[in-house]
Amino acid sequence: MSDISCPAPAQSLLKRGDRTARRHAAEARFRACGLGAILIGLAALAVLLASVLTSGLGAFRQSYIHLPIHLSEAELDQSGTRDTEVMKKVTTIGYGKVIDKALAEAVAQAGIAIDGLTDDDISGIISREAAAQVRDMVLSNPDLIGETIDLSVLANGRIDGYLKGRVTAESAALDSNVSPAQLQLADAMMERGLLSLDFNAAFLTAPDASDQRPEAAGLGVAILGSAYMMLIVLALALPIGVAASIYLEEFAPKNRLTDLIEVNIANLAAVPSIVFGILGLAIFINFAGLPQSAPVVGGLVLTLMTLPTIIIATRASLKAVPPSIREAALGLGASRMQAVFHHVLPLAAPGILTGTILGLAQALGETAPLLLIGMVAFVREYPAAPPEGLFDPASALPVQIYNWTQRADPAFVERASGAIIVLLAFLLVMNAAAILLRRRFERRW
Amino acid sequence: MKDTLTETPATTDTAKIAVRGLQVHYADTHAVRDVDVDIPDKAVTALIGPSGCGKSTFLRCLNRMNDTIPAARVTGEVRIDGEDIHDPRVDPVQLRAKVGMVFQKPNPFPKSIRDNVAYGPKIHGLTRTRAELDEVVEKSLRRAALWDEVKDRLNAPGTGLSGGQQQRLCIARAIATAPEILLMDEPCSALDPIATAQIEELIDELRNRFAVVIVTHSMQQAARVSQRTAFFHLGRMVEYGDTGELFTNPADPRTESYISGRIG
Repeated sequence: MSDISCPAPAQSLLKRGDRTARRHAAEARFRACGLGAILIGLAALAVLLASVLTSGLGAFRQSYIHLPIHLSEAELDQSGTRDTEVMKKVTTIGYGKVIDKALAEAVAQAGIAIDGLTDDDISGIISREAAAQVRDMVLSNPDLIGETIDLSVLANGRIDGYLKGRVTAESAALDSNVSPAQLQLADAMMERGLLSLDFNAAFLTAPDASDQRPEAAGLGVAILGSAYMMLIVLALALPIGVAASIYLEEFAPKNRLTDLIEVNIANLAAVPSIVFGILGLAIFINFAGLPQSAPVVGGLVLTLMTLPTIIIATRASLKAVPPSIREAALGLGASRMQAVFHHVLPLAAPGILTGTILGLAQALGETAPLLLIGMVAFVREYPAAPPEGLFDPASALPVQIYNWTQRADPAFVERASGAIIVLLAFLLVMNAAAILLRRRFERRW
Repeated sequence: MKDTLTETPATTDTAKIAVRGLQVHYADTHAVRDVDVDIPDKAVTALIGPSGCGKSTFLRCLNRMNDTIPAARVTGEVRIDGEDIHDPRVDPVQLRAKVGMVFQKPNPFPKSIRDNVAYGPKIHGLTRTRAELDEVVEKSLRRAALWDEVKDRLNAPGTGLSGGQQQRLCIARAIATAPEILLMDEPCSALDPIATAQIEELIDELRNRFAVVIVTHSMQQAARVSQRTAFFHLGRMVEYGDTGELFTNPADPRTESYISGRIG
């Protein structure tokens, strides 16, 4: 067999031609570019996450002072009736004195002696919020009066900053709000277990606090406000969006008018969100007379903003259902509506749900329109349960972040970053839910 | 001008479907031109012709499926049992329960085998109890020669069956609504020869109960399963007659060219 003579090949396969080499080089260059683009993206994400996490994780831990506090009847309920209406006459100043006394005793008992430490310095390490905390606790349970209870009260923001490394002895020397002696006291109290950094559940549940009390500021009202708005968006945008899409996709005649509507919906999806804020201000607040700062107005505005997204996603998933399924149903004598609701819609459901959740996630992170309808206000009262609560003033997560970044105290930078982490966590959960729903309901045909 | 060369013009009294002067326009194309035909009951009528000759469009006129295409315009008369299906009083939804359809590509719903078959009877309210429905499902699957293969897995998805089984499932689904006429649009074109043979056998069975109208690209298939054959060319029905006659002794030269493989 081997002696069969072969003609020499005109172009040897063993040798690579110039053109081929150039084509391979071009491909290699393109792949390097693509890889580089992905690496840049990943690096940017890593930097973002690292900066948010390093500056924000501290917000989930808070300095607490652990004290036995004697709730003396003489100070807090002179009448002795335990009547909360009467007891309300004692303000936070009165409670402050009780706490100051308890702290002074605890410090003396622990044998802490520091040069130049005044009584004011000692009471100064407690947050001004602490008195309000204790007062609320006593007013909700008057039977505590006369007893000595072990309490953990908030430490001052500067002391908290010292424990987290934000405040140092050098910076304290220049700071009128905290003295080096107080920092020494904090060290001594930590050694004796009177002061420690604990998990900060209040960050997620407490309402916002004033500029002077960063240690007490929490996201409770903002989370509630955002949740109310998401409820409204879900309850309005999903049915309206799906109904509009089904009509446009399955029933509407294809003519100039429906083309025009289609173009307009696509354009609406690209309208800057602040424009929706102006619309909401003009229509819902100025014209319809709905209250400012209310989740109902925020929810309505975000519904308008989310609708185009949901309509586009729903129409795309309706279009993706093979026409043979519609024909099969119609051929069996199903009406148009039966064909849509029994067969097309279930097949389109995963896409619709994904689109809706992504629209909701977009709405959750939206800030600009909420600023215009007054949701930027300082709100310390929790909104009531829905439906009345939808008309109560509330804040929203992204607005709370915006709000905190504008405040002077560096402790609020930590709070804002912590709030960003919370917002990102919510978005992550929503996107994960979108993916899970898609996997769960996706059917092959 | 009429192109019909029906040797045995069936009168409207005996025909299940009587078509007169049917025209279909799609936007700018004139897809079906001036078709007159009488389709008998309890027989298989095959529609043959080259691609784009209008045979599928004609078939879709018989249960008004063309209504679902906005650009289609149908004129002329189609009478089923003497009733004009384009009469404004006729509801296409009711019509399609009487005239079932099987499509070119098997298109079972992405639901269980039972739900596929039960869907028609359910929406038309043909059964009252669950037992009645189960009976209809079994009867339809038996008639579609599928029962023995699927009786143990009625809750399995219909889309998990093989291509031939899926098509028989679609036939079972169509006959579950108790139609009188069964339209089939190239039901075997997506199937292998064995599945095709099974479906052809089934069609031969179905002829005892229904008027079957089948569109096919295969002249052998038309010769095997049908009693009557219509040849379509460029939107016109060129010739219509007994299948044996049409294949052995075509009257029109175009028919002869097509069946001998010179056009199409």
